[in-house]
Amino acid sequence: MFESLSHLALQEYWWVLVSILGAVLVFLLFVQGGQTMISCLGKTEVERTMIVNSLGRKWEFTFTTLVTFGGAFFASFPLFYSTSFGGAYWVWMIILFAFIIQAVSYEYRTRPNNFFGERTYEKFLFVNGLIGTIFLGTAVATFFSGSQFSVSEMNQSQWEVPAHGLEAALNFFNLSLGLAVFFLARVLALLYFMNDIDDDTIIERAKKRLVINAGAFLVFFLTFVVWLMLRDGFAVNPDTGEVYMEPYKYFNNLIGMPVVLIMFLLGVVLVLWGIFVGIKSASRKGIWYAGIGTVVTVLALFFLAGFHNTAFYPSTYDLQNSLTIQNASSSHYTLTAMSYVSLMIPFVIAYIWYAWRSINVKRIDKEEMSATDKDGHVY
Amino acid sequence: MVENIDLSLVDWSRGQFALTAMFHWIFVPLTLGLGYIVAIMETIYVKTGNPEWKRITKFWMNLFGINFAIGVATGIILEFQFGTNWSNYSWFVGDIFGAPLAIEGIMAFFMESTFIAVMFFGWDKVSRKFHLTSSWLTAIGANLSALWILVANAWMQNPVGMRFNPETARNEMENFWEVLFSPTAVNKFLHTTTSGFVLASIFVVGISAWFLLHKRDQMFAKKSIVVGSIFGLIATFMVIFTGDGAAKDIAKHQPMKLASMEGLYQGETGAPLMIYGFFSGSDEERLKEPKEDNFAFNIPVPGMLSFLANGDFDSYVPGIRDMLYGNDEHNILSFEERIKRGHVAQQTLKEFKDAEKNGNTTKYNSLKAKFNDKEWLNTYMKYFGYGTYYDPDPQKLKANVLELVPPVTIAFHSFHIMVGLGTLFVLVFLLLLFYTMKNKIEDTRWLLWVALWSIPLAYLAQQTGWLVAEVGRQPWVIQDMMNTRMAVSQIGTGAVQTTFWLFAITFVGLAIAEVKIMLTQIKKGPKEGGQ
Repeated sequence: MFESLSHLALQEYWWVLVSILGAVLVFLLFVQGGQTMISCLGKTEVERTMIVNSLGRKWEFTFTTLVTFGGAFFASFPLFYSTSFGGAYWVWMIILFAFIIQAVSYEYRTRPNNFFGERTYEKFLFVNGLIGTIFLGTAVATFFSGSQFSVSEMNQSQWEVPAHGLEAALNFFNLSLGLAVFFLARVLALLYFMNDIDDDTIIERAKKRLVINAGAFLVFFLTFVVWLMLRDGFAVNPDTGEVYMEPYKYFNNLIGMPVVLIMFLLGVVLVLWGIFVGIKSASRKGIWYAGIGTVVTVLALFFLAGFHNTAFYPSTYDLQNSLTIQNASSSHYTLTAMSYVSLMIPFVIAYIWYAWRSINVKRIDKEEMSATDKDGHVY
Repeated sequence: MVENIDLSLVDWSRGQFALTAMFHWIFVPLTLGLGYIVAIMETIYVKTGNPEWKRITKFWMNLFGINFAIGVATGIILEFQFGTNWSNYSWFVGDIFGAPLAIEGIMAFFMESTFIAVMFFGWDKVSRKFHLTSSWLTAIGANLSALWILVANAWMQNPVGMRFNPETARNEMENFWEVLFSPTAVNKFLHTTTSGFVLASIFVVGISAWFLLHKRDQMFAKKSIVVGSIFGLIATFMVIFTGDGAAKDIAKHQPMKLASMEGLYQGETGAPLMIYGFFSGSDEERLKEPKEDNFAFNIPVPGMLSFLANGDFDSYVPGIRDMLYGNDEHNILSFEERIKRGHVAQQTLKEFKDAEKNGNTTKYNSLKAKFNDKEWLNTYMKYFGYGTYYDPDPQKLKANVLELVPPVTIAFHSFHIMVGLGTLFVLVFLLLLFYTMKNKIEDTRWLLWVALWSIPLAYLAQQTGWLVAEVGRQPWVIQDMMNTRMAVSQIGTGAVQTTFWLFAITFVGLAIAEVKIMLTQIKKGPKEGGQ
């Protein structure tokens, strides 16, 4: 089945898969967003416990999606993996540290004799939420703004700035996406709490926070999008492979790919509708609109970066060293083999959905959190 | 190509990888084995309906959760570190190595992380059978995670199923099944995971022994010992069986590693296996000044190494010197010759790239043909990695040859400690079962102490196992094709030093927290369900 596809078709298929993973990852960052609001939404011990547990039953999905996102990128576009991870060393290391301290925090936070103390683990979660989102957003923004690296004829890459990736975080364009992701994660978290926690006080506080965070998200997101539409982009000549700067490249991509334009607009509208539902109505469904909207919007952004003869990981050091889905990919054979494995994805999604539903069947409430005689596992 | 690489960068990058890998491997084997042990215990609970078994299951499941979290925390670094610190390697083999890693994410990690949530939060939310299924799927998911990364590791020890593509300057996969089912991969997966089962069994029987020594929760402890010992005993036999397979595989594909593991400097027929031994002099001295006997003390079993390597007591096993300097009688090519041939291969690649750049089509095509010519591939390309040690000065070239010998002392002791401890664990499990069946286990205090103290020994066996595997294959990242120097990312040594210490501090902090929490939960005992 996949063998008969051209190498380019397989590369495009894998760019779609990697984009889906990235898009789902951004949605699941609601866990990180929520971690930055544990103490401002939870004023009492039991309130904090409800919030932590609401997130704690989902954190592994985010974590696993991040790991799979990395793995899928490695497998399908290894030159991106080696160039970006080996070059933008500090950005990725900071992200990694932020995720290491998260992984133990839920399980250890309320355990007796836990060495660091409950508040420290909550701070770990805060740091993960803050840094994880901003730096991931910043790293993705470099897909549009470029980085200073070179790739030798042997395909060995080298970063050409001593800051090794930190320079990306000092660029306001990149940072605007980083901050947009951070506030979006908080918006999604607030909508998720409204859906998952059965507690009027927390829901009330969440509604108030939603207005501020949604406002901040919109400011940074619009800054990024306007900037993106107006800036020159990294175009590829499909015949020669030559990379050149094209004015309004990403706007042109949007117009040139009407499906992506529709996806982008639909996604944004859904996110806004989700926020509106959260603020104005008593419905708990805001997270679903905003969640789906997030996935569709991010997917559209990834398509803008990778398709329509665009270099998805541009080099501003030497344009001709820029990475495209064609020059950075695995071989036809490997992409074919992995494409067969990808057929398992619907099955994986199905069981995740089933398990998620069975755990979320009952909303988190004070009673469940304080019950010690039951079988429940409380963080 | 790699002439200007700072050696301290390579060493710190290796140190950082070793630190994270070894720290990760403190927690993973327990997850691999305890997952199954918990699933077995829960199966007994579901089958018998006896709430005592639920109490037992929940106690061990609780410890499983504490251990699991820190394993996840350290696992993420390993995956990304291939890129951050070994970027040249990532490109060189990304076409092969990336695939198992992606499959691991799609197939195994999601299975593990989805069902572990049901395992911990689903007790009163899903049916008993669904919960039990989730426990089994968590255990299977954890072991599947190990499968793919071990397949990748096995490929680095014995690269198969690929061809070198000069246009992209990397290896590309030609046969996925050959990569997945190479004997090296099969042995490595089975040997490593079953060794995790042994560690988890030792953990269970050791802690249960502690309860018996303190005359607490005796029924719980005895039942746990029975499950742990039976599971452990079966696993130990599998470890021994697959270990034998691994040794034969090493003899075939990594003879230098085998010779180092046994401290065999001069090859011989009917080569002896050392029960244990201590070398005289340092690794360097023994290499530079050949001696008749390299040991200050040793207990050899004649012919046993030959048997272990080739299944024949009288067969020939090459020594370190035979490989370094060649042995015509046994048709062993010297490392000096391999370096020269590797250099030819590397130069050919360079010329090919130049021809490509300059648009010299005739030369381009003739050189490209070489990379498709089986004989040329076998004569030169096979030794591609050795070319990195080439020097036009014959004296320097001779000196470089010595860099291709792994640290023999570390490999030797690690191997013998691992094997010795594995044998000890068989005895421990057998004795525990015997005394439990005789209903005398709580009175056999010496054995309970042995079981308890076997816990740190089981961890030691795990670490030494990986030391043999990884130190024993130095300097190669990919056997005969790429050494650590060629594989490293071009970043400042200072950056790697900084992250090394940050990792070290973070890991020590997390490990202290983990051990303290674990000990507190163990002391609380199973009565409160370990919560």
